[in-house]
Amino acid sequence: MQQPFWRRFVRNRPAAFGLAFLAFVVVLALGAPLLFPGDPFRMVDRTFLPPFGAYLFGTDSLGRDIAAGIAHGGRTSLMVGLVATVVAVSIGTLLGALAGFYRGWIDDALMRFTEFFQTIPTFLFAIVLVAIMSPSRGSIILAIAVISWPPIARLVRGEFMAMREREFVQAAICLGMTDLAIIFRQILPNVLSPIIVAGSLMVATAILIEAALAFLGLGDPNAMSWGFMIGAGRSFLRDAWWLCAIPGIAILLTVLSINLVGEGVNDALNPRLRTL
Amino acid sequence: MSEPALLALHGLSVALPVWADRERAVSELSLELRRNEIVCVVGESGSGKSVLARAIMGLLPAPHVRVTGGRVLFEGEDLLRAGPERMRAIRGARIAMIFQEPMTALNPLMTIGRQIDEMVEIHLALTRRQRRARILALLEEVRLADPQRIMRAYPHELSGGQRQRAMIAMALILEPAILIADEPTTALDVTTQAQILALIKELQRKHQTGVLFITHDFGVVAEIADHVAVMQHGILVELGAAAQVLNAPRHDYTRSLIAAVPALTPRPRRAMEAAPVLLEVSGVMKTFGTGAAWFACGDRRVHAVKSVDLAVRRGHTLGLVGESGSGKSTLARCIIRLIEPDAGTVRLGGVDLSALSRRQLRPHRKHIQMVFQDPFGSLNPRLTVVQLIAQGPVTHGVAVSEALAIARELLQLVRLDPAAADRFPHEFSGGQRQRIGIARALALKPDLLVADEPVSALDVSVQAQVLQLLADIRDRLELTMLFITHDLRVAAQVCDEIAVMHHGEIVEFGPTIDVFADPQHAYTRELLAAVPGRNWIAPQLQR
Amino acid sequence: MAIGPGTILYVVRRLLQAVPIVVGIVVLNFLLLQLAPGDAATVLAGEAGGAPAEYVAQLRERFGLDRPMHVQLLLYVKNVLMLNLGYSFRNSMPVSELIFGRLGPTLLLMGTTLIVSVLSGVLLGLLAATAVNTWRDRVISVAAVIAYATPLFWIGLMLILLFSIKLDWLPTTGMEDVVAFNEGWDRVLDIAHHLVLPTLTLSLFYMALYTRMMRAAMLDQRGMDYVVTARSKGLAERLITYRHVLRNAVLPVVTMAGVQVGSLLGGSVIVESVFAWPGLGQLAFQSLFARDFNLLLGIFFLSACLVVVVNLIVDMVYLVLDPRIKLG
Repeated sequence: MQQPFWRRFVRNRPAAFGLAFLAFVVVLALGAPLLFPGDPFRMVDRTFLPPFGAYLFGTDSLGRDIAAGIAHGGRTSLMVGLVATVVAVSIGTLLGALAGFYRGWIDDALMRFTEFFQTIPTFLFAIVLVAIMSPSRGSIILAIAVISWPPIARLVRGEFMAMREREFVQAAICLGMTDLAIIFRQILPNVLSPIIVAGSLMVATAILIEAALAFLGLGDPNAMSWGFMIGAGRSFLRDAWWLCAIPGIAILLTVLSINLVGEGVNDALNPRLRTL
Repeated sequence: MSEPALLALHGLSVALPVWADRERAVSELSLELRRNEIVCVVGESGSGKSVLARAIMGLLPAPHVRVTGGRVLFEGEDLLRAGPERMRAIRGARIAMIFQEPMTALNPLMTIGRQIDEMVEIHLALTRRQRRARILALLEEVRLADPQRIMRAYPHELSGGQRQRAMIAMALILEPAILIADEPTTALDVTTQAQILALIKELQRKHQTGVLFITHDFGVVAEIADHVAVMQHGILVELGAAAQVLNAPRHDYTRSLIAAVPALTPRPRRAMEAAPVLLEVSGVMKTFGTGAAWFACGDRRVHAVKSVDLAVRRGHTLGLVGESGSGKSTLARCIIRLIEPDAGTVRLGGVDLSALSRRQLRPHRKHIQMVFQDPFGSLNPRLTVVQLIAQGPVTHGVAVSEALAIARELLQLVRLDPAAADRFPHEFSGGQRQRIGIARALALKPDLLVADEPVSALDVSVQAQVLQLLADIRDRLELTMLFITHDLRVAAQVCDEIAVMHHGEIVEFGPTIDVFADPQHAYTRELLAAVPGRNWIAPQLQR
Repeated sequence: MAIGPGTILYVVRRLLQAVPIVVGIVVLNFLLLQLAPGDAATVLAGEAGGAPAEYVAQLRERFGLDRPMHVQLLLYVKNVLMLNLGYSFRNSMPVSELIFGRLGPTLLLMGTTLIVSVLSGVLLGLLAATAVNTWRDRVISVAAVIAYATPLFWIGLMLILLFSIKLDWLPTTGMEDVVAFNEGWDRVLDIAHHLVLPTLTLSLFYMALYTRMMRAAMLDQRGMDYVVTARSKGLAERLITYRHVLRNAVLPVVTMAGVQVGSLLGGSVIVESVFAWPGLGQLAFQSLFARDFNLLLGIFFLSACLVVVVNLIVDMVYLVLDPRIKLG
């Protein structure tokens, strides 16, 4: 009746491009210790060597290899983005499922809570959290997760509320199934696809937030990151613009490919939208 | 009949996109509509009747669905060859249209007055004051009370009936020669439907309009049609005067459709008066509302069910009849505890279910099962048919292999092909899905079956089959049934007793045959009088 | 829109609903204070800020820091709601005074960004949706996808590189040329000149977001039944688009703009620190480096209140746009 998911996905050219580039970034990040062994913070040569010379992307103000920084920074970006998203999606799904399934006062309470987290200026909240807990991989992931779960909770709640009204769920209640079985076995599999789409787009946002935090000096001091590289290079913008330009392009392309993949997944899961 | 046709379709064909299940939505269709005449186009879902309406108006969703041949002659002019400018001048002014769902057919952000005004503004050069006077006059003509207020109102501020009246006013304001009505009463309650049908007929006679009326309901046809055109799979199978088609149909398909219309004569009394009471409901009450919400303004609570008492004897079928919002579905859901009632008791075979907590209730749930309305929403799309049917017994501790065996047996009982067992719900038609839903309910061997509008989403021919199946199973298994419906024809066929609900109360309760013969409450009489085609007695036909 | 009792009640209700949110923010601040390393009194005094011992003692007294936790919380809520936010020894100024002094530039930046991004987003979305699958639509859509993935701080730096360093058209930092002592219109023009790059930087992401939403909403609304009704009335396509579809499609964009106000404030921290714009964001950036957590918490509190206020304003706008809202 319909083409399989995978076929529909790769037929979408931007999504296929995104997936290819993303695969490249993942390989680069995983292979960073082999491709650029040693500490990316160490000095390798003279300072401010321009790109495409002895070093692919040149060196920075302290003589560090920029290409090594890009590879190692990719590790940080992807790891933080992925873990923070998993945490945020788990929190959001759980709260949204409870609110949407039980409604009543549970829903009221949880939604006030969610609204509250959506009202406060989230990025500022992340800054405060990281600053107070002192910057580390854990605190950054926690801060990003804490500010990212509300949209997922709202999405899952909406889906659950719609599903709760669907008669197959009412039938499951009539059959005497437990609430847990209904939530996890009847409803959740049916709302998984929007959660996956939202989650994959959230990885991109998480990477942007991590980069912004690192740019402001709130990155993990022991991990190389793209945002940190831009922050460190900004004072030399006039004379060595590539210090900022190159890591920025890395962020841009990575985030762009994740978005394209996320949208490709969405389109492939909801083929009716494409027939417009 | 000597008068020339207002609208003449000659060999009209409409192509469907390549991915559709058939090549043509409408196939070489010819039809005529004269002044001061109502032609009803009847057909089941997918017959192409709505596509036909849009093809005449030039409103097909291009480029996927398009006219491939034929002529649409309006007063001698071929509309298929008219340019977009010319079509716009004709649309609204000469041929107007009303739709099934007035809520979505109206722009939610624009007042009713403005939306009607727009119609006059683009077609006539009148001053604002002249337009206003004209709109007010017409709103009065479609009997909308307080036209000044209606003009200022937004669609969501009106009731369904009021919205459809406003749509009719909008369609008729330029006195078009033709009105195309696409199932205009399908979304309305039966009493509102009767009023709207009367209104359309009255205005049509007064303005000598030619009306092309699209419907699936032979009752409605009997109510208003002068001529009838029956469509099946895009083909016009029968065309004739209303009296002929309704009382002496020639084509087999028409005959089968008419034979499937449930008669309005109630089933005979069964001698089972002495059976013990199985279900006893007393003082059940349910109020919905935002009364408890913080800072809510005003009391917006709705008393959905107001202290209802009911008793159903073992082996009987009780029909819960009422219009939308009457509380019949809420009551059923309170009985089966999908909704927690605010007060009252529900006893089933001596067990007070309302005293049990949700957790305590779970093992008792198997005694009451439910069949739902929506054949598409009532089956989990990710489970196969046997899994769907077996999940009830499995939940109640039956071994999986045994439950699957029960499920396969039940497939035969509901007359589904055993090969269907391992397929997924989306591969089945609406009627087949309802059978799966029935099998799922029966898998737990319930004492009481609650059927919530089980056939109202189905086409009439499928509806007849499912009703027949339900009746057979009920008699064979001696099931007790609570049957919820808005359709008095269906109720007459299925129910031993009837409880009529209105505004959350049971206004009349008695054996079906007595209620139909001698209704006691004014509302019951109103309901019975509103059944479309009540004066038409369908001929006895061999199916 | 008629201002009836329903409207007033709605406004009052929305105002009352804001109260628990503000209280919640104070409580959250209190919790963050507890989370901060070291004694709450020294944090309140601005950590390592060289506060005199008697001031710390006075703080201890006022916030009841040796009393049970719930008393501390109540005293904290009371103090914050009376805008007793403490004193910043780094800046030699009371925190509230410091913050209110920086509010103006931030509001200016946020206001222009909000207007620029919504207006251009709606316009671009409209341009794309009215020419689906043509080159115009493709250019707009691709640009939006790219802008949506661009880090704010980076594009800010790149714009500086291009327009200030290479082309020398626009100033790099600050809100005005302080040594020029401009007055009247000259000053307004000077500020506007300084405002261009920060606004452009901050708008880009939101512009992309609203463009995509607007395009999707337009396509969505075009499939609605009321559009078929409008066609059956004989309306021309242009009229249907501008009179019927446009307004319905703007609604989700306005909702989104309201939701995004908080994130806009976060973005302004970055943009202000890139362009040295003398607003709240830059103050936050400075307090971060001075480890003046009390000042940071004060900024967080007032920014959150600001978001609540802006959300109220957006709701009022919505009230005008959508007649259905009064019932809800």
